[in-house]
Amino acid sequence: MEDILRILEQDGRASEDKIAELTGRSKAEIHSIMNELEEDKTILSYRAHIDWNKLGQGSVFAMIEVKIAPQRDVGFDSIAMRIARFPEVRSLHLVSGDYDLAAQIEGNNIYDISNFVTNTLSTIDAVQGTSTHFILKRYKEDGVLIGGDETTDGRLPVSL
Amino acid sequence: MSKYKKKSVISSRVTEIPTSGIRRFFDLIASSDNIISLGVGEPDFITPWHIRESAIYSIERGHTHYTSNNGIPELRRELSKYLEQRQGITYDWNSEILVTVGVSEALDLVMRTLLDNDDEVISTEPSFVAYEPVVYMAGGSFVPIPTSMDNEFIIQIKDLERSITPKTKILLINNPNNPTGSVISNDILVEISKIVEKNDLIVVSDEIYDRLTYSENKPGIHFASLPGMKERTVTLNGFSKTFAMTGWRIGYATGPAEIISAMTKVHQYTMMSASTVSQEAAIEALKNGENSFQNMLKDYRLRKRLLVDGLREAGLDCVDPDGAFYVFPSIQSTGLTSEEFAEMLLVEEKVAVVPGNVFGPSGEGYIRCCYAASIDDIREAILRIKRFLKNHR
Repeated sequence: MEDILRILEQDGRASEDKIAELTGRSKAEIHSIMNELEEDKTILSYRAHIDWNKLGQGSVFAMIEVKIAPQRDVGFDSIAMRIARFPEVRSLHLVSGDYDLAAQIEGNNIYDISNFVTNTLSTIDAVQGTSTHFILKRYKEDGVLIGGDETTDGRLPVSL
Repeated sequence: MSKYKKKSVISSRVTEIPTSGIRRFFDLIASSDNIISLGVGEPDFITPWHIRESAIYSIERGHTHYTSNNGIPELRRELSKYLEQRQGITYDWNSEILVTVGVSEALDLVMRTLLDNDDEVISTEPSFVAYEPVVYMAGGSFVPIPTSMDNEFIIQIKDLERSITPKTKILLINNPNNPTGSVISNDILVEISKIVEKNDLIVVSDEIYDRLTYSENKPGIHFASLPGMKERTVTLNGFSKTFAMTGWRIGYATGPAEIISAMTKVHQYTMMSASTVSQEAAIEALKNGENSFQNMLKDYRLRKRLLVDGLREAGLDCVDPDGAFYVFPSIQSTGLTSEEFAEMLLVEEKVAVVPGNVFGPSGEGYIRCCYAASIDDIREAILRIKRFLKNHR
């Protein structure tokens, strides 16, 4: 199973045929394992990494540090999930250190972000404070370099 | 016409090194565009970033000078630790390890250090292309033992015994093997070691592919780790294949202090020291490179299966090799020679492979295919090879 996930992690578009060839399993077996992995949410989604800046229509992103008051019984989880459900929130992590939640927010422009922070995020009862850092340039996203790629094969066509 | 007055400016020794008969084929590959190449002999991975970064840092700090002849002490200490952990062999960092400019230099050094005129060096064949000329340039005679697919390209003990003469000095082993990918099992290595001892031979063991093995039964045994063999084995190894560092030209030789010291004498007058920046990169590879290596190994394993299955499906007979990153299928069923097959495949389907006879006469009837290539390239190459074979049935 790990072999299949490893292939998909590198190439989300790998066909069942290709995965079958690579792992030496039958296509039917691949199909059923992948269904299982999708159903139990081991595979969360298949999506493309896009450099929207190439189209000149990049969104605006900000990293937001959020301080929250934990709640009895549920700790940080309940408030964290409440924040995570906003579509503006691209990622959300509970972290150690000076603040509690690290959120990455996406908006069409700077006003979208400030609106979300001041009118939505900050007004949630348990949120005690926020600190917003606008992202100026993106160099790497989910393990993929943006620009400066190294895929050209610089090898001689034959070496012994 | 030569501008020199003497009849021949090139020494007879060098003139007599046979030039590869298939230079024309390699020129053809070099002049072809958009080919898929299974003809390379190096990893397709770029050196892991942490290793490259440490080299940049070393240059920034101004580490641009010579190093001690036998290599930066820290590198030799790290090597000693690494070899003890990985191979269970203890080498004294100061007297039993020499850092070289790749295995290529180490091979040249060991032959020049050990051979007197007409001493014989036994090696299996098909074998790495440099073995014979390097032995010849050092004044020795190269004695190949042909192997074939029938015995999975593994040296046969009776053939070894038959090849030994009073002039035999060195047994040269390449385990895992380039070009066949074969790995010699522990049992056979033990038998070889007995013959080595009985005939008082020295073993030069080229183990550059030692970490690239895929079978639990054949983990790539280090010859020097066999009982009684450390004192008569010079092991050649390097960073090229394990850490994808071919262009850095960095390797090492380990062996008895007497031999390493004599090799260092040759090395200090010809090479001085290996490149400083490459040595610093090698230290980083040894200290922190294991994860990167394991990830590459997983990828090689996948690709090997893909290529072996694909070639067999296409109708080419091949051993499923236990090591390195080569498959060496037989093309005898096509009735073509290795060179004809390789050249026609290149012209008709734009797929480059290496004709087996490049690695010695016993490689005739085979081709070497390297799976250090992207998965998409391997799949496309297999489709093209299938089509090629269909057209030539």
